[in-house]
Amino acid sequence: MNKTVTMQNLKNGLIHFLSHTIGAGVLVWMFALPAQAALELEISGGSAIQIPIAILPMAESGSAQSGSRLHDIISNDLRGSGMFRIINTSGMPALPTNAAQIKYTDWTALKAQGLSLGEVQQAGGNLKVSVQVMDVLRQTALLQLTYTVSPSQYRHVAHLIADQIYEKFTGQPGAFSTRIAYVTKVGKRFTLQIADYDGFNAQTLVSSNEPIISPSWSPDGSKMAYVSFEKKKPIVFVQSLYTGERKIVANFKGNNSAPAWSPDGSKLAVVLTYGANSQIYTISADGSNLQQVTKSSAIDTSPAFSPDGQWIYFTSDRGGRPQVYKVSASGGSASRVTFEGSYNDGPRFSPDGKYLTYIRNDGGAFKVAVQDLGSGDVKVLSTGSQDESPSFAPNSRTIMYATRVGGKGTLATVTVDGLVRQRLSEAGGDIREPAWGPAQAAPK
Amino acid sequence: MNKTIWTVAALALVLTACKSTPMNPAKVEDSSVTRPIAKSQSNTGADSSASTDKINIKTVDVDSSKDELSAAELAKRQVFFDYDSDAIREEYKGLVANHAKYLVAHPQTKVVLQGNTDERGTHEYNLALGQRRSVAVKNALNVLGVSDSQIETVSYGEERSKQNCADDGCFQQDRRVDIVYAGQ
Repeated sequence: MNKTVTMQNLKNGLIHFLSHTIGAGVLVWMFALPAQAALELEISGGSAIQIPIAILPMAESGSAQSGSRLHDIISNDLRGSGMFRIINTSGMPALPTNAAQIKYTDWTALKAQGLSLGEVQQAGGNLKVSVQVMDVLRQTALLQLTYTVSPSQYRHVAHLIADQIYEKFTGQPGAFSTRIAYVTKVGKRFTLQIADYDGFNAQTLVSSNEPIISPSWSPDGSKMAYVSFEKKKPIVFVQSLYTGERKIVANFKGNNSAPAWSPDGSKLAVVLTYGANSQIYTISADGSNLQQVTKSSAIDTSPAFSPDGQWIYFTSDRGGRPQVYKVSASGGSASRVTFEGSYNDGPRFSPDGKYLTYIRNDGGAFKVAVQDLGSGDVKVLSTGSQDESPSFAPNSRTIMYATRVGGKGTLATVTVDGLVRQRLSEAGGDIREPAWGPAQAAPK
Repeated sequence: MNKTIWTVAALALVLTACKSTPMNPAKVEDSSVTRPIAKSQSNTGADSSASTDKINIKTVDVDSSKDELSAAELAKRQVFFDYDSDAIREEYKGLVANHAKYLVAHPQTKVVLQGNTDERGTHEYNLALGQRRSVAVKNALNVLGVSDSQIETVSYGEERSKQNCADDGCFQQDRRVDIVYAGQ
């Protein structure tokens, strides 16, 4: 079961990060920015059964890194998932940094199931990170990982390690090495930012004195579609994260809004009005081949493709109040999807296609709801009164959404079972409209 | 001639009123207000230009000046709505009619109707709701004879709303359509 990850066989994109950092000077700034605690993590709740695990500090030789250590970042990831209990090792006299030094009785006494340790070495300007994760009861290695990365990838490596540990113990992929997009409003300035899922390494994609809304990741994580009001009306743009190339995809008379990518990345669903009501269209990612999907006299908006690309789910008030409907991606008649509650709006799929999340107006309070598409069961997950913009993590376990705390917009996450919540808050300004990026978010 | 000057003054007032409206942030510069007016006086209201810069010239038409609406009547450019509604309230029908009358008299003049909502609900649905309000005003203008080619309906949704409203009096300010004349 040992698994060694090296520069040669690393397929999750880290190799791309590194080669781009070295190969293209223009890209360096995007990844060489120092880690900043732009967002703070607050965790409450937890699942009933948590896996006890010890994440030991790594031996770091001559590392010039500032801020959180690798083991801190890994611990925060795992703790924040609600699936792990991180064993406090501060009272331990001597902590092992390699497998030979482990006294297993120390760790069985602490009821640890897992134990992570390792070292970070300098390797010609790069960092060589070696980690072992031990099964304490069997006294065997569960994971053996080696990463060689540029120093700017310090936090990213920690997230990759956390992903591996999460998957080894839970059987499901982690989503710690992912990124999010969101919009901040500071004064009159709107800024679309990309950050690690925990809010670190925030980078600005675009900023404007006019509103920016509805960011939507391309399925390969290389492009962002969004709506900008910079020309005094809503227009849909697509921007490359890595080249900065920015294209208008939909700029028709009236409004152009609510872009959502098809799973194959070839087209977008958009909402256009011309001179009348909001209707759903599809358009190729280059702005060609416009096709109308819904034809109603009602509001049809907030489209989302099903993960198989066959359906577009959307909000419509054709029945009097906003409810979620679905229509074939090529058009035709729509059928209703939500029946509970008088107001359900803004559907988004879990990537595994099992769940739909949307906003429910529950007696005047807007909350995140999740619907099990198999059973039809609906659960209200959030506790705010103006919650918005839910989107799933790539592993379909967690939903991120916008909420308001103390009159300020902030981001929060909740697991699909509703048991674990986190809040990400930034000092100053308003944060809104999070969109969780796809798993393969590395440059191509 | 006196009448012409008064009309010019009235229009300047209209433009000034618009400029000071918070919903039209600093886009209108003094130069662009005075220049076309000066030009129109030597132009005796000739109807030849279609550039946005000069659209305002057409408001200074000596022949039609007797039909001109007062600056005060046209200065009102906000139509307010009830919660989750796009019905034009009785009290705003006169305001809409005034603008219709003006637009019919000036077929080259264009307006953008900008729909707005309060902050409750999702950005996307509110954008659609704001659009429905702007279309409601457009339909009212159409009924009164204004051509579709003079009107663009857009929506800002909740994006310009006040935040943290505590009561409906506050939310009410956000549920509106702004009538914005082209070039202003």
